[in-house]
Amino acid sequence: MALLDGTTQTNQPPVQVSDDAAGYYTLGAPLVDPVAPTGPIKDRWTNRKFENRLVNPANRRKLDIIIVGTGLAGGAAAATLGEAGYNVKSFCYQDSPRRAHSIAAQGGINAAKNYKEDGDSVHRLFYDTVKGGDYRARENNVYRLAEVSANIIDQCVAQGVPFAREYGGLLDNRSFGGVQVSRTFYARGQTGQQLLIGAYQAMERQVAAGTVEQFTRHEMLELIVADGKARGIIARDLVTGEVSTHLADVVVLASGGYGNVFYLSTNAMGSNVTAAWRAHRKGAYMANPCYTQIHPTCIPVSGDHQSKLTLMSESLRNDGRIWVPKNPEDAEKDPRDIPEEDRDYYLERIYPAFGNLVPRDIASRAAKYQCDAGKGVGPAVREVDEEGNEKFVRRGVYLDFAEAIERFGLDGVKEKYDNLFDMYARITGENPYETPMRIYPAVHYVMGGLWVDYHLQSNVEGLFVTGEANFSDHGANRLGASALMQGLADGYFVLPNTIRDYLADGPFEKIDESHPDVVAARTETEERINKFLSIGGTRSADSFHKELGRIMWEYCGMERTETGLKKAIGLIQDLKKEFWSNLKVLGTADTLNQSLEKAGRVADFIELGELMCIDALNRRESCGGHFRAESQTEDGEALRHDDEFAYVAAWEFGGEDGQPVLHKEDLIYTAIEMKQRSYK
Amino acid sequence: MNLTLKIWRQKDATSAGALATYQVKDISPDMSFLEMLDELNEQLNEQGEDPVAFDSDCREGICGTCSLMINGQAHGPEVTTTCQLHMRSFKDGDTITIEPWRADPFPVLKDLVVDRSALDRMIQAGGFISVNTGSAPEANSVPAPRDKAMRAFNVATCIGCGACVAACPNGSASLFLGAKITALGELPQGQPERWTRVVDMVGQHDHEGFGGCTNIGECTAACPKEIPLDVISQLNKDLRTAMKHGL
Repeated sequence: MALLDGTTQTNQPPVQVSDDAAGYYTLGAPLVDPVAPTGPIKDRWTNRKFENRLVNPANRRKLDIIIVGTGLAGGAAAATLGEAGYNVKSFCYQDSPRRAHSIAAQGGINAAKNYKEDGDSVHRLFYDTVKGGDYRARENNVYRLAEVSANIIDQCVAQGVPFAREYGGLLDNRSFGGVQVSRTFYARGQTGQQLLIGAYQAMERQVAAGTVEQFTRHEMLELIVADGKARGIIARDLVTGEVSTHLADVVVLASGGYGNVFYLSTNAMGSNVTAAWRAHRKGAYMANPCYTQIHPTCIPVSGDHQSKLTLMSESLRNDGRIWVPKNPEDAEKDPRDIPEEDRDYYLERIYPAFGNLVPRDIASRAAKYQCDAGKGVGPAVREVDEEGNEKFVRRGVYLDFAEAIERFGLDGVKEKYDNLFDMYARITGENPYETPMRIYPAVHYVMGGLWVDYHLQSNVEGLFVTGEANFSDHGANRLGASALMQGLADGYFVLPNTIRDYLADGPFEKIDESHPDVVAARTETEERINKFLSIGGTRSADSFHKELGRIMWEYCGMERTETGLKKAIGLIQDLKKEFWSNLKVLGTADTLNQSLEKAGRVADFIELGELMCIDALNRRESCGGHFRAESQTEDGEALRHDDEFAYVAAWEFGGEDGQPVLHKEDLIYTAIEMKQRSYK
Repeated sequence: MNLTLKIWRQKDATSAGALATYQVKDISPDMSFLEMLDELNEQLNEQGEDPVAFDSDCREGICGTCSLMINGQAHGPEVTTTCQLHMRSFKDGDTITIEPWRADPFPVLKDLVVDRSALDRMIQAGGFISVNTGSAPEANSVPAPRDKAMRAFNVATCIGCGACVAACPNGSASLFLGAKITALGELPQGQPERWTRVVDMVGQHDHEGFGGCTNIGECTAACPKEIPLDVISQLNKDLRTAMKHGL
């Protein structure tokens, strides 16, 4: 199909025939990206940077920017916009910006540098990312991401990030998760930490220079939308409890992902959806909320007390072999006593071409099926199925290094993986050099987030969203080492170039705290806090969070069905009613009160959870980490329906008692052809 | 297992604090120390008593948020963060004393939560390499020797938790500072500001009220990331050189 800009659309626009979520939503007007660039894909970002208007340096200091979140996206943006001379206010709930959860990323960061001359290029990184995301990412945004990736490495090296190097002093890189070129730059298993410290230090430099004002231990509790534009936030000082109003010309959310809706996840304890969800309630669309990434190699749950799950780097899959006993009765045996012929190396058997290195969603699902079939190992944990029946299932598969130890020797394996093995031993109390590790999938990252246009602006004017908090770059599944790339691309290079076009219209008419929309936002926030404290029920916020997490994991986790999702929506609605009538929060609002903080976050998670289930129910196709049992091939593999669902589902808040409104943005591909993924 | 906990309770920054005693039952050895405190808090909430405030976030040993003096040791008996300390390190019937970080520049905000923003202000004083976004040269245009990059990485693993300060009888932040000075000073990119950086950061360190280093070594013994003591020698060496430069 020829398009007006001279390019050709390679896919047909989708027409949805199925309507599983009928009765749970209303259909809104179709959505288009109003600032999508046109022309040959390789020129779009270059041209756009030129077309975007400039802001005179003398005018920049008259412009106020609020940035919520200080991870890779938020920290990098604060540093860059501060340097440019804007007046930046930066907010984080942590005690220091350096603690944002980007710090926990282990693996690496991709960049199309082609240092190995192995055929890498911007176009190949773009292609791998769109394919890896199961063709549910937006072409324009992903191409730009690939394009600026090389600049990120330059920037971070100049900041002193200690990347791995070769003996000649040049940068080393390695290959990662399902790609065939070496493009991942890394700092041992702590790449996220080193990149974040780089961004944090750049930001602290601006704090010293006076261009960035830093508000730590502050949580955004409300977005101020005045006269139709985002103009500020209401924040609570988590130490004194003081609720304060902060006004600006523009608001940037860089507040991360919401994987903690599942309670157990690899996210930090404080990772929450509040900033994004409050913006959603104020009109910002939430796109593809059901797209969750499940990471295949985490340490399994050990009991009811567990507060989080710990990821074991995916690099372990390079040398470890994954297996389960062929006979369920061997589950309790010492794995070393199970002979070779009684072991099932199921990934090697089912996917001989990729073996243990199949992509994350496939490896995760395969582990679940083995455990569902009664072949799991480790302690049996209590579960309740869709019909409410109680069952005990072992949730673990072996990740075995015996062969690697034979091949490289104990010292060889130690040199490569020692810190990971130590971490495993510390958490489980087992020695992984002697018996195989036990692993199981866990919620890791979300690809859904607030809808943004090519300029990273949401549908609410003046509200920009970056990093994991937006939806645009990863489709239905994120490739390894792409999250760090997106965070820094948005923060250092994309947002500073797009936000200036918006700010060129500023400074906007000043508003003050007496503006009715500001007063309303503040009053709502204070009333909400008082409500939490006055319910006077019997259950802690944590107990509601745990229950929500169990519902989400069971019915909206790795595998979803129409029946299960409908059941989950009912359960969540009941939970919401109970939450607002039976919550117990002790203490007062005018002090450090961690129970109160949790209550606000759990309230938002409950509403988000319901929307995630509705989104998953509507999308009757399997793609990425989202597997609908009703849509699979004869071999049990995920089956996409491009004819029906090659669109972004952008949900509008439908009011307190109303239904969400679905706006569809068709995905248009001109530089890439959609194909069914196969890793066999 | 069943345990007796003696925990520092302090209403806010201005109130006086005291140790309070609690009992917890049926603690699993697989729990992390912080999960054990979660259990206690659920119990307190049920009884209508204000839960104990403590800091934690990533709970996988990398963000540096968690703290706690456990039986007088920063992060407890193992060389790790409190979130990675598990209850199997304790015995049934143990009495465990839990206090906030001890150091003047880390004032207590509530219970076990302290204010560590002095560490941020030391970074603001010069703990960075000045490079504006977009002005960086091509990454491979400045080679960095592998051994120097390795050393930089080894000390850049500092998580800024403050255990070194809490463990030091002098309340010195020299290990934190030495790690930063060494990480940035080892790389070619960090050279232009090397001497002003050390002078400015040490100045801020003293201004915040951290004590001087007398090479006792408690800091490195308590450091969950095992930052070696020689970063303090590097710090002193850089400071001497800077002074010779007349800074």
